[in-house]
Amino acid sequence: MTDRQYIIGEFSPASDDDLIICRCEEITKGEIRRAVFDGMFNICEVRRLLRCGMGLCQGLTCGRLVKSVIAGEIGLSATALEDATARAPMRPTEMFIFAKEVTDE
Amino acid sequence: MNNPDVIIIGSGVIGNATAYNLAKRGLSVTVLEKSPIIGDGGSSRNGGGVRQSGRHPAELPLAMYAIKNLWPGLSDELGTDVEYCQKGNLRLGKTKEHLDILKGLVKSNTAQNLDMRMIDYKEAREICPYLSEEVKGASWCATDGHANPMLATLAYYKAARRLGVRFITGVDVVTLRKIRGRIAQVCTADGTVYNAGQIVVAAGYESRKILSSVGIDIPMSQLLMECIVTEEAPPMFEQMLGTAMADFYGHQSKHGSFVFGGAHGFEPFATAGDVQTSSIGTSSTCRAIIGYFPALQHLKIVRTWAGWLDDCADHIPVIENALPGLTVGCAFSGHGFGISPVVGVLLAELAAGEQTTLDVSAFKHDRFKAKI
Ligand SMILES: Cc1cc2nc3c(=O)[nH]c(=O)nc-3n(C[C@H](O)[C@H](O)[C@H](O)COP(=O)(O)OP(=O)(O)OC[C@H]3O[C@@H](n4cnc5c(N)ncnc54)[C@H](O)[C@@H]3O)c2cc1C
Repeated sequence: MTDRQYIIGEFSPASDDDLIICRCEEITKGEIRRAVFDGMFNICEVRRLLRCGMGLCQGLTCGRLVKSVIAGEIGLSATALEDATARAPMRPTEMFIFAKEVTDE
Repeated sequence: MNNPDVIIIGSGVIGNATAYNLAKRGLSVTVLEKSPIIGDGGSSRNGGGVRQSGRHPAELPLAMYAIKNLWPGLSDELGTDVEYCQKGNLRLGKTKEHLDILKGLVKSNTAQNLDMRMIDYKEAREICPYLSEEVKGASWCATDGHANPMLATLAYYKAARRLGVRFITGVDVVTLRKIRGRIAQVCTADGTVYNAGQIVVAAGYESRKILSSVGIDIPMSQLLMECIVTEEAPPMFEQMLGTAMADFYGHQSKHGSFVFGGAHGFEPFATAGDVQTSSIGTSSTCRAIIGYFPALQHLKIVRTWAGWLDDCADHIPVIENALPGLTVGCAFSGHGFGISPVVGVLLAELAAGEQTTLDVSAFKHDRFKAKI
Protein backbone atom coordinates (compact mmCIF):
# COMPACT_ATOMS: atom_id res chain seq x y z
CA MET A 1 0.00 0.00 0.00
CA THR A 2 1.38 3.42 -0.94
CA ASP A 3 -0.11 6.68 0.24
CA ARG A 4 0.69 9.00 -2.65
CA GLN A 5 0.36 11.98 -0.36
CA TYR A 6 3.87 11.17 0.78
CA ILE A 7 5.73 14.37 -0.04
CA ILE A 8 9.21 14.26 -1.51
CA GLY A 9 9.78 17.99 -1.18
CA GLU A 10 10.01 20.66 -3.84
CA PHE A 11 11.45 19.92 -7.27
CA SER A 12 14.85 21.55 -7.56
CA PRO A 13 16.72 21.68 -10.87
CA ALA A 14 19.97 19.71 -11.09
CA SER A 15 23.06 20.37 -13.20
CA ASP A 16 22.63 17.18 -15.25
CA ASP A 17 18.90 17.62 -15.97
CA ASP A 18 19.61 18.03 -19.70
CA LEU A 19 21.15 14.56 -19.94
CA ILE A 20 19.25 12.42 -22.46
CA ILE A 21 18.18 9.18 -20.80
CA CYS A 22 15.85 7.70 -23.45
CA ARG A 23 17.54 8.16 -26.81
CA CYS A 24 14.71 6.89 -29.00
CA GLU A 25 12.24 9.43 -27.65
CA GLU A 26 14.79 12.01 -26.45
CA ILE A 27 13.61 12.21 -22.86
CA THR A 28 15.92 13.93 -20.37
CA LYS A 29 16.77 13.16 -16.79
CA GLY A 30 15.12 16.44 -15.76
CA GLU A 31 11.82 15.46 -17.36
CA ILE A 32 11.84 12.12 -15.54
CA ARG A 33 12.70 13.78 -12.22
CA ARG A 34 9.90 16.29 -12.76
CA ALA A 35 7.39 13.47 -13.44
CA VAL A 36 8.30 11.83 -10.13
CA PHE A 37 7.60 15.12 -8.33
CA ASP A 38 4.26 15.25 -10.19
CA GLY A 39 3.32 11.95 -8.55
CA MET A 40 4.54 9.25 -10.97
CA PHE A 41 5.96 6.70 -8.57
CA ASN A 42 6.85 3.81 -10.89
CA ILE A 43 8.31 3.13 -14.30
CA CYS A 44 4.93 2.37 -15.86
CA GLU A 45 3.40 5.74 -14.91
CA VAL A 46 6.53 7.65 -15.94
CA ARG A 47 6.67 6.09 -19.35
CA ARG A 48 2.96 6.55 -19.99
CA LEU A 49 3.42 10.23 -19.20
CA LEU A 50 6.71 10.84 -21.03
CA ARG A 51 7.08 8.00 -23.59
CA CYS A 52 10.55 7.03 -22.34
CA GLY A 53 11.09 3.38 -23.30
CA MET A 54 8.19 3.50 -25.76
CA GLY A 55 10.27 4.09 -28.91
CA LEU A 56 11.83 1.71 -31.39
CA CYS A 57 14.05 -0.09 -28.87
CA GLN A 58 11.17 -0.39 -26.36
CA GLY A 59 13.37 0.55 -23.42
CA LEU A 60 16.06 -2.09 -23.95
CA THR A 61 18.71 0.61 -23.73
CA CYS A 62 17.31 3.00 -21.12
CA GLY A 63 15.09 0.81 -18.93
CA ARG A 64 17.59 0.45 -16.10
CA LEU A 65 18.63 4.09 -16.23
CA VAL A 66 15.02 5.31 -16.04
CA LYS A 67 14.47 3.04 -13.07
CA SER A 68 17.51 4.36 -11.23
CA VAL A 69 16.45 7.99 -11.78
CA ILE A 70 12.96 7.28 -10.38
CA ALA A 71 14.34 5.26 -7.46
CA GLY A 72 16.85 8.01 -6.69
CA GLU A 73 14.12 10.63 -6.38
CA ILE A 74 11.81 8.63 -4.12
CA GLY A 75 14.70 7.30 -2.04
CA LEU A 76 14.37 3.61 -2.90
CA SER A 77 16.91 1.19 -4.28
CA ALA A 78 16.31 0.50 -7.97
CA THR A 79 15.74 -3.19 -7.20
CA ALA A 80 12.64 -2.22 -5.19
CA LEU A 81 10.91 -0.97 -8.37
CA GLU A 82 9.12 -3.26 -10.80
CA ASP A 83 10.61 -3.49 -14.28
CA ALA A 84 8.68 -2.12 -17.23
CA THR A 85 6.38 -4.67 -18.84
CA ALA A 86 7.92 -6.28 -21.92
CA ARG A 87 5.39 -6.76 -24.71
CA ALA A 88 5.17 -8.62 -27.99
CA PRO A 89 6.55 -8.45 -30.64
CA MET A 90 10.13 -9.25 -29.64
CA ARG A 91 11.39 -6.85 -32.27
CA PRO A 92 9.55 -4.36 -34.48
CA THR A 93 7.71 -6.35 -37.17
CA GLU A 94 5.95 -5.12 -40.29
CA MET A 95 2.17 -5.36 -40.43
CA PHE A 96 2.12 -7.41 -43.61
CA ILE A 97 4.17 -10.13 -41.92
CA PHE A 98 1.59 -10.46 -39.13
CA ALA A 99 -1.18 -10.31 -41.72
CA LYS A 100 0.21 -13.29 -43.64
CA GLU A 101 -0.74 -15.78 -40.96
CA VAL A 102 -3.78 -16.86 -42.95
CA THR A 103 -3.61 -17.33 -46.71
CA ASP A 104 -6.37 -18.34 -49.08
CA GLU A 105 -5.43 -21.62 -50.69
CA MET B 1 -8.22 13.63 6.95
CA ASN B 2 -9.18 10.07 7.85
CA ASN B 3 -12.84 10.87 7.30
CA PRO B 4 -12.89 12.52 3.88
CA ASP B 5 -16.06 13.98 2.40
CA VAL B 6 -15.81 11.50 -0.46
CA ILE B 7 -13.98 8.20 -1.08
CA ILE B 8 -13.62 7.11 -4.71
CA ILE B 9 -12.90 3.46 -5.49
CA GLY B 10 -10.81 3.12 -8.66
CA SER B 11 -8.24 5.47 -10.19
CA GLY B 12 -9.17 5.04 -13.84
CA VAL B 13 -9.97 8.08 -15.93
CA ILE B 14 -13.51 8.06 -14.48
CA GLY B 15 -12.39 7.97 -10.84
CA ASN B 16 -9.64 10.54 -11.41
CA ALA B 17 -11.92 12.94 -13.32
CA THR B 18 -14.50 12.66 -10.53
CA ALA B 19 -11.83 13.29 -7.88
CA TYR B 20 -10.64 16.38 -9.74
CA ASN B 21 -14.16 17.80 -10.08
CA LEU B 22 -14.95 17.17 -6.41
CA ALA B 23 -11.68 18.74 -5.25
CA LYS B 24 -12.48 21.82 -7.33
CA ARG B 25 -15.53 22.26 -5.07
CA GLY B 26 -13.28 22.26 -2.01
CA LEU B 27 -14.35 18.81 -0.84
CA SER B 28 -11.81 16.45 0.72
CA VAL B 29 -11.34 13.35 -1.42
CA THR B 30 -9.47 10.04 -1.07
CA VAL B 31 -9.04 7.67 -4.03
CA LEU B 32 -8.44 3.98 -3.28
CA GLU B 33 -6.82 2.03 -6.10
CA LYS B 34 -6.23 -1.74 -6.06
CA SER B 35 -3.26 -1.75 -8.42
CA PRO B 36 0.14 -0.31 -7.45
CA ILE B 37 -0.15 1.69 -10.70
CA ILE B 38 -2.54 4.62 -11.25
CA GLY B 39 -4.96 4.12 -14.15
CA ASP B 40 -3.65 0.69 -15.16
CA GLY B 41 -7.10 -0.60 -16.22
CA GLY B 42 -8.93 0.17 -19.45
CA SER B 43 -8.10 3.85 -19.04
CA SER B 44 -4.45 3.44 -20.06
CA ARG B 45 -5.13 0.69 -22.58
CA ASN B 46 -7.80 2.12 -24.85
CA GLY B 47 -7.83 3.37 -28.42
CA GLY B 48 -8.30 7.05 -27.59
CA GLY B 49 -11.47 7.58 -29.62
CA VAL B 50 -13.38 10.75 -28.67
CA ARG B 51 -16.47 10.33 -30.78
CA GLN B 52 -20.15 11.11 -30.82
CA SER B 53 -21.03 9.20 -33.99
CA GLY B 54 -22.27 5.68 -33.46
CA ARG B 55 -23.27 6.32 -29.84
CA HIS B 56 -26.43 4.96 -28.25
CA PRO B 57 -29.23 7.59 -28.12
CA ALA B 58 -29.00 7.76 -24.32
CA GLU B 59 -25.26 8.32 -24.36
CA LEU B 60 -25.03 10.72 -27.31
CA PRO B 61 -25.97 13.88 -25.34
CA LEU B 62 -23.06 13.17 -22.96
CA ALA B 63 -20.60 12.84 -25.83
CA MET B 64 -21.94 15.97 -27.57
CA TYR B 65 -21.67 17.97 -24.37
CA ALA B 66 -18.13 16.80 -23.64
CA ILE B 67 -16.95 17.57 -27.17
CA LYS B 68 -18.56 20.98 -27.26
CA ASN B 69 -17.70 22.14 -23.77
CA LEU B 70 -14.94 20.12 -22.15
CA TRP B 71 -12.45 18.44 -24.51
CA PRO B 72 -11.33 21.61 -26.34
CA GLY B 73 -10.08 23.27 -23.14
CA LEU B 74 -9.02 20.17 -21.23
CA SER B 75 -5.25 20.40 -21.78
CA ASP B 76 -5.23 23.99 -20.51
CA GLU B 77 -7.52 23.25 -17.62
CA LEU B 78 -5.47 20.28 -16.39
CA GLY B 79 -2.06 21.71 -17.23
CA THR B 80 -1.01 18.66 -19.31
CA ASP B 81 -1.30 18.22 -23.08
CA VAL B 82 -3.82 15.39 -23.55
CA GLU B 83 -3.26 15.50 -27.35
CA TYR B 84 -6.88 16.19 -28.19
CA CYS B 85 -7.30 16.30 -31.97
CA GLN B 86 -10.70 17.17 -33.43
CA LYS B 87 -10.40 16.28 -37.12
CA GLY B 88 -13.43 14.06 -37.58
CA ASN B 89 -14.40 10.40 -37.66
CA LEU B 90 -14.65 8.28 -40.80
CA ARG B 91 -16.52 5.01 -40.45
CA LEU B 92 -15.84 2.98 -43.55
CA GLY B 93 -17.85 0.49 -45.55
CA LYS B 94 -16.99 -1.83 -48.44
CA THR B 95 -20.30 -3.53 -49.21
CA LYS B 96 -23.98 -2.66 -49.47
CA GLU B 97 -24.54 -4.32 -46.08
CA HIS B 98 -21.83 -2.14 -44.56
CA LEU B 99 -23.35 1.01 -46.03
CA ASP B 100 -26.76 0.00 -44.65
CA ILE B 101 -25.26 -0.27 -41.17
CA LEU B 102 -23.68 3.17 -41.55
CA LYS B 103 -26.92 4.71 -42.83
CA GLY B 104 -28.68 3.35 -39.75
CA LEU B 105 -26.15 5.06 -37.49
CA VAL B 106 -26.46 8.33 -39.39
CA LYS B 107 -30.25 8.18 -39.13
CA SER B 108 -30.18 7.53 -35.39
CA ASN B 109 -27.52 10.14 -34.58
CA THR B 110 -28.80 12.95 -36.83
CA ALA B 111 -32.26 12.56 -35.23
CA GLN B 112 -30.52 13.99 -32.14
CA ASN B 113 -28.99 16.86 -34.13
CA LEU B 114 -25.50 15.47 -34.53
CA ASP B 115 -23.80 16.87 -37.61
CA MET B 116 -23.06 13.62 -39.42
CA ARG B 117 -23.70 12.33 -42.94
CA MET B 118 -22.99 9.62 -45.50
CA ILE B 119 -20.24 10.39 -48.00
CA ASP B 120 -19.14 8.52 -51.13
CA TYR B 121 -15.73 7.03 -51.89
CA LYS B 122 -14.56 10.16 -53.68
CA GLU B 123 -15.28 12.47 -50.78
CA ALA B 124 -13.82 9.97 -48.31
CA ARG B 125 -10.62 9.88 -50.41
CA GLU B 126 -10.44 13.66 -50.28
CA ILE B 127 -10.58 13.51 -46.49
CA CYS B 128 -8.15 10.60 -46.27
CA PRO B 129 -6.12 9.87 -49.43
CA TYR B 130 -4.76 6.55 -48.18
CA LEU B 131 -8.05 4.64 -48.38
CA SER B 132 -8.21 1.40 -50.36
CA GLU B 133 -10.23 1.52 -53.56
CA GLU B 134 -12.42 -1.21 -52.12
CA VAL B 135 -14.07 1.37 -49.86
CA LYS B 136 -17.53 2.22 -51.18
CA GLY B 137 -18.51 4.95 -48.78
CA ALA B 138 -18.38 6.14 -45.19
CA SER B 139 -20.19 7.98 -42.48
CA TRP B 140 -18.52 11.28 -41.63
CA CYS B 141 -18.73 13.30 -38.43
CA ALA B 142 -16.44 16.32 -38.60
CA THR B 143 -16.55 17.15 -34.88
CA ASP B 144 -15.32 13.76 -33.65
CA GLY B 145 -11.68 13.08 -32.88
CA HIS B 146 -9.20 11.41 -30.57
CA ALA B 147 -6.95 12.07 -27.57
CA ASN B 148 -4.21 10.29 -25.65
CA PRO B 149 -5.82 8.18 -22.93
CA MET B 150 -2.67 7.59 -20.88
CA LEU B 151 -2.03 11.33 -20.72
CA ALA B 152 -5.67 12.20 -19.98
CA THR B 153 -5.83 9.67 -17.12
CA LEU B 154 -2.58 10.93 -15.60
CA ALA B 155 -3.47 14.58 -16.28
CA TYR B 156 -6.59 14.22 -14.10
CA TYR B 157 -4.48 12.43 -11.48
CA LYS B 158 -1.85 15.19 -11.45
CA ALA B 159 -4.44 17.97 -11.33
CA ALA B 160 -6.44 16.22 -8.58
CA ARG B 161 -3.30 15.68 -6.55
CA ARG B 162 -2.39 19.35 -6.88
CA LEU B 163 -5.82 20.19 -5.43
CA GLY B 164 -5.06 17.99 -2.43
CA VAL B 165 -6.72 14.70 -3.36
CA ARG B 166 -5.18 11.79 -1.48
CA PHE B 167 -4.44 8.75 -3.66
CA ILE B 168 -3.67 5.41 -2.02
CA THR B 169 -2.53 2.65 -4.38
CA GLY B 170 -2.40 -1.07 -3.60
CA VAL B 171 -5.72 -1.06 -1.70
CA ASP B 172 -8.09 -3.88 -2.60
CA VAL B 173 -11.65 -2.82 -1.74
CA VAL B 174 -13.84 -5.82 -0.96
CA THR B 175 -17.11 -4.62 0.54
CA LEU B 176 -19.15 -1.55 1.39
CA ARG B 177 -20.99 -1.21 4.68
CA LYS B 178 -24.16 0.56 5.71
CA ILE B 179 -24.41 2.53 8.94
CA ARG B 180 -27.86 3.70 10.02
CA GLY B 181 -29.32 3.39 6.55
CA ARG B 182 -26.45 5.07 4.74
CA ILE B 183 -23.49 3.54 2.89
CA ALA B 184 -20.63 4.97 4.93
CA GLN B 185 -17.75 2.50 5.09
CA VAL B 186 -15.31 0.87 2.72
CA CYS B 187 -13.66 -2.38 3.82
CA THR B 188 -10.45 -3.66 2.23
CA ALA B 189 -8.89 -7.10 1.84
CA ASP B 190 -6.35 -6.40 4.61
CA GLY B 191 -9.14 -5.57 7.08
CA THR B 192 -8.82 -1.78 7.03
CA VAL B 193 -12.07 0.20 7.24
CA TYR B 194 -12.36 3.68 5.71
CA ASN B 195 -15.23 6.06 6.56
CA ALA B 196 -16.57 8.77 4.28
CA GLY B 197 -19.58 11.04 3.84
CA GLN B 198 -20.14 9.72 0.30
CA ILE B 199 -18.67 6.75 -1.59
CA VAL B 200 -18.17 6.64 -5.36
CA VAL B 201 -17.66 3.23 -6.98
CA ALA B 202 -15.73 3.61 -10.26
CA ALA B 203 -13.88 0.29 -10.35
CA GLY B 204 -14.76 -0.85 -13.88
CA TYR B 205 -15.96 -4.45 -14.12
CA GLU B 206 -14.93 -5.10 -10.53
CA SER B 207 -17.56 -2.61 -9.40
CA ARG B 208 -20.00 -5.50 -9.80
CA LYS B 209 -18.47 -7.50 -6.97
CA ILE B 210 -18.07 -4.47 -4.70
CA LEU B 211 -21.68 -3.37 -5.28
CA SER B 212 -23.02 -6.87 -4.68
CA SER B 213 -22.01 -6.41 -1.03
CA VAL B 214 -24.87 -3.92 -0.72
CA GLY B 215 -27.38 -5.79 -2.84
CA ILE B 216 -26.83 -4.11 -6.20
CA ASP B 217 -26.19 -6.26 -9.26
CA ILE B 218 -25.29 -4.74 -12.62
CA PRO B 219 -25.39 -7.24 -15.48
CA MET B 220 -22.03 -6.78 -17.12
CA SER B 221 -19.41 -9.10 -18.46
CA GLN B 222 -15.72 -8.69 -19.16
CA LEU B 223 -14.25 -8.54 -22.65
CA LEU B 224 -10.53 -8.55 -23.35
CA MET B 225 -9.79 -6.20 -26.25
CA GLU B 226 -6.41 -5.89 -27.97
CA CYS B 227 -4.45 -2.97 -29.41
CA ILE B 228 -1.28 -2.42 -31.42
CA VAL B 229 1.01 0.55 -31.89
CA THR B 230 3.37 1.13 -34.79
CA GLU B 231 6.68 2.88 -35.13
CA GLU B 232 6.63 6.62 -35.74
CA ALA B 233 5.57 7.67 -39.24
CA PRO B 234 5.37 11.08 -40.94
CA PRO B 235 1.96 12.77 -40.49
CA MET B 236 -0.48 10.92 -42.80
CA PHE B 237 -3.97 11.43 -41.47
CA GLU B 238 -5.64 13.13 -38.55
CA GLN B 239 -9.08 11.49 -38.47
CA MET B 240 -10.34 8.83 -36.10
CA LEU B 241 -11.11 5.75 -38.21
CA GLY B 242 -13.52 2.90 -37.82
CA THR B 243 -15.46 0.44 -39.93
CA ALA B 244 -19.07 -0.63 -40.24
CA MET B 245 -18.04 -4.13 -39.12
CA ALA B 246 -16.03 -2.75 -36.17
CA ASP B 247 -13.18 -5.10 -37.14
CA PHE B 248 -10.64 -2.37 -36.42
CA TYR B 249 -10.44 1.28 -35.40
CA GLY B 250 -7.63 3.71 -34.72
CA HIS B 251 -5.74 6.90 -35.44
CA GLN B 252 -2.29 8.38 -35.89
CA SER B 253 -1.10 9.90 -32.64
CA LYS B 254 0.58 13.26 -32.21
CA HIS B 255 3.86 11.38 -31.83
CA GLY B 256 3.45 9.85 -35.30
CA SER B 257 2.76 6.27 -34.30
CA PHE B 258 -0.52 4.65 -35.33
CA VAL B 259 -2.65 3.20 -32.54
CA PHE B 260 -5.14 0.57 -33.68
CA GLY B 261 -7.53 -1.71 -31.88
CA GLY B 262 -9.27 -4.71 -33.34
CA ALA B 263 -11.60 -7.57 -32.59
CA HIS B 264 -10.88 -11.20 -33.53
CA GLY B 265 -14.17 -12.62 -32.31
CA PHE B 266 -13.09 -14.58 -29.23
CA GLU B 267 -12.98 -11.66 -26.78
CA PRO B 268 -15.55 -13.06 -24.32
CA PHE B 269 -13.49 -16.24 -23.90
CA ALA B 270 -10.28 -14.71 -22.54
CA THR B 271 -8.93 -16.08 -19.26
CA ALA B 272 -10.22 -14.05 -16.32
CA GLY B 273 -7.61 -11.91 -14.65
CA ASP B 274 -5.05 -12.35 -17.41
CA VAL B 275 -4.38 -9.17 -19.40
CA GLN B 276 -2.31 -10.73 -22.15
CA THR B 277 -2.67 -10.44 -25.89
CA SER B 278 -3.75 -13.56 -27.73
CA SER B 279 -1.84 -15.34 -30.47
CA ILE B 280 -4.44 -14.34 -33.07
CA GLY B 281 -5.34 -10.74 -32.21
CA THR B 282 -2.48 -8.83 -33.81
CA SER B 283 -2.66 -10.77 -37.06
CA SER B 284 -6.39 -10.31 -37.34
CA THR B 285 -6.14 -6.57 -36.69
CA CYS B 286 -3.32 -6.21 -39.26
CA ARG B 287 -5.37 -7.97 -41.93
CA ALA B 288 -8.32 -5.68 -41.24
CA ILE B 289 -6.15 -2.54 -41.40
CA ILE B 290 -4.35 -3.52 -44.60
CA GLY B 291 -7.73 -4.26 -46.19
CA TYR B 292 -8.65 -0.58 -45.79
CA PHE B 293 -5.20 1.06 -45.77
CA PRO B 294 -2.80 -0.92 -47.95
CA ALA B 295 -0.26 1.92 -47.66
CA LEU B 296 0.35 1.03 -44.03
CA GLN B 297 1.45 -2.57 -44.61
CA HIS B 298 5.17 -1.93 -44.22
CA LEU B 299 4.86 0.00 -40.98
CA LYS B 300 6.42 -1.88 -38.09
CA ILE B 301 4.49 -2.79 -34.98
CA VAL B 302 6.51 -2.02 -31.86
CA ARG B 303 4.12 -3.13 -29.11
CA THR B 304 0.82 -4.84 -28.53
CA TRP B 305 -1.34 -4.95 -25.40
CA ALA B 306 -4.74 -5.95 -24.10
CA GLY B 307 -7.26 -4.38 -21.74
CA TRP B 308 -10.53 -5.42 -20.10
CA LEU B 309 -13.72 -3.61 -20.74
CA ASP B 310 -16.85 -3.71 -18.62
CA ASP B 311 -19.56 -4.60 -21.13
CA CYS B 312 -23.07 -3.90 -19.86
CA ALA B 313 -26.12 -5.91 -20.97
CA ASP B 314 -27.45 -2.89 -22.88
CA HIS B 315 -23.99 -1.39 -23.64
CA ILE B 316 -24.57 1.88 -21.79
CA PRO B 317 -23.22 2.79 -18.35
CA VAL B 318 -24.64 3.07 -14.86
CA ILE B 319 -24.31 6.64 -13.55
CA GLU B 320 -26.44 7.34 -10.49
CA ASN B 321 -26.87 7.78 -6.78
CA ALA B 322 -27.91 4.18 -6.19
CA LEU B 323 -28.40 4.27 -2.40
CA PRO B 324 -28.03 6.93 0.29
CA GLY B 325 -24.30 7.63 0.48
CA LEU B 326 -23.46 5.68 -2.68
CA THR B 327 -22.68 7.02 -6.17
CA VAL B 328 -21.99 4.56 -9.00
CA GLY B 329 -20.09 5.09 -12.28
CA CYS B 330 -19.30 1.90 -14.19
CA ALA B 331 -20.29 -0.39 -17.08
CA PHE B 332 -18.91 1.99 -19.73
CA SER B 333 -18.97 -0.88 -22.22
CA GLY B 334 -15.85 0.05 -24.19
CA HIS B 335 -16.64 3.69 -24.89
CA GLY B 336 -16.11 5.47 -21.58
CA PHE B 337 -12.96 7.38 -22.48
CA GLY B 338 -14.59 9.83 -24.89
CA ILE B 339 -17.22 10.83 -22.34
CA SER B 340 -14.93 10.72 -19.28
CA PRO B 341 -14.64 14.53 -18.83
CA VAL B 342 -18.43 14.93 -18.61
CA VAL B 343 -18.91 11.76 -16.57
CA GLY B 344 -16.39 13.18 -14.08
CA VAL B 345 -18.54 16.31 -13.82
CA LEU B 346 -21.80 14.35 -13.48
CA LEU B 347 -20.47 11.93 -10.85
CA ALA B 348 -19.06 14.86 -8.86
CA GLU B 349 -22.45 16.59 -9.02
CA LEU B 350 -24.22 13.41 -7.91
CA ALA B 351 -21.73 12.81 -5.09
CA ALA B 352 -21.98 16.41 -3.92
CA GLY B 353 -25.79 16.23 -3.93
CA GLU B 354 -26.19 18.84 -6.66
CA GLN B 355 -28.49 19.08 -9.66
CA THR B 356 -26.75 17.38 -12.61
CA THR B 357 -25.77 19.35 -15.73
CA LEU B 358 -27.34 16.67 -17.95
CA ASP B 359 -30.19 14.26 -17.41
CA VAL B 360 -28.82 10.93 -16.16
CA SER B 361 -32.12 9.15 -15.58
CA ALA B 362 -31.38 6.66 -18.39
CA PHE B 363 -28.39 5.30 -16.46
CA LYS B 364 -30.02 3.83 -13.35
CA HIS B 365 -29.26 0.22 -12.44
CA ASP B 366 -32.94 -0.60 -11.88
CA ARG B 367 -33.51 -0.45 -15.65
CA PHE B 368 -32.64 -4.14 -15.95
CA LYS B 369 -35.78 -6.25 -15.81
CA ALA B 370 -36.14 -10.01 -16.06
CA LYS B 371 -37.51 -11.37 -19.34
CA ILE B 372 -40.62 -12.80 -17.76
C1 LIG C 1 -8.74 -2.01 -25.78
C2 LIG C 1 -9.73 -0.97 -25.40
C3 LIG C 1 -10.04 0.05 -26.31
C4 LIG C 1 -10.95 1.05 -25.97
N1 LIG C 1 -11.15 2.08 -26.86
C5 LIG C 1 -11.92 3.13 -26.49
C6 LIG C 1 -12.07 4.26 -27.34
O1 LIG C 1 -11.48 4.32 -28.42
N2 LIG C 1 -12.88 5.28 -26.93
C7 LIG C 1 -13.53 5.25 -25.74
O2 LIG C 1 -14.26 6.19 -25.43
N3 LIG C 1 -13.36 4.21 -24.88
C8 LIG C 1 -12.57 3.16 -25.23
N4 LIG C 1 -12.41 2.09 -24.36
C9 LIG C 1 -13.13 2.10 -23.08
C10 LIG C 1 -12.46 2.96 -22.02
O3 LIG C 1 -11.10 2.62 -21.89
C11 LIG C 1 -13.17 2.74 -20.68
O4 LIG C 1 -14.56 2.88 -20.83
C12 LIG C 1 -12.70 3.73 -19.64
O5 LIG C 1 -11.30 3.75 -19.53
C13 LIG C 1 -13.32 3.36 -18.31
O6 LIG C 1 -12.66 4.00 -17.28
P1 LIG C 1 -12.87 3.52 -15.80
O7 LIG C 1 -12.15 4.50 -14.95
O8 LIG C 1 -14.31 3.27 -15.56
O9 LIG C 1 -12.23 2.06 -15.77
P2 LIG C 1 -10.74 1.53 -15.50
O10 LIG C 1 -9.72 2.34 -16.20
O11 LIG C 1 -10.75 0.07 -15.76
O12 LIG C 1 -10.53 1.83 -13.96
C14 LIG C 1 -11.06 1.07 -12.93
C15 LIG C 1 -10.04 1.08 -11.81
O13 LIG C 1 -10.59 0.47 -10.66
C16 LIG C 1 -9.58 -0.27 -10.05
N5 LIG C 1 -10.19 -1.32 -9.21
C17 LIG C 1 -10.79 -2.46 -9.62
N6 LIG C 1 -11.19 -3.19 -8.57
C18 LIG C 1 -10.84 -2.50 -7.46
C19 LIG C 1 -10.96 -2.76 -6.06
N7 LIG C 1 -11.53 -3.89 -5.62
N8 LIG C 1 -10.48 -1.85 -5.19
C20 LIG C 1 -9.88 -0.70 -5.65
N9 LIG C 1 -9.73 -0.42 -6.95
C21 LIG C 1 -10.21 -1.30 -7.86
C22 LIG C 1 -8.81 -0.87 -11.22
O14 LIG C 1 -7.53 -1.34 -10.83
C23 LIG C 1 -8.79 0.29 -12.18
O15 LIG C 1 -7.65 1.11 -12.01
C24 LIG C 1 -11.57 1.03 -24.69
C25 LIG C 1 -11.26 0.02 -23.78
C26 LIG C 1 -10.35 -0.98 -24.11
C27 LIG C 1 -10.03 -2.04 -23.10
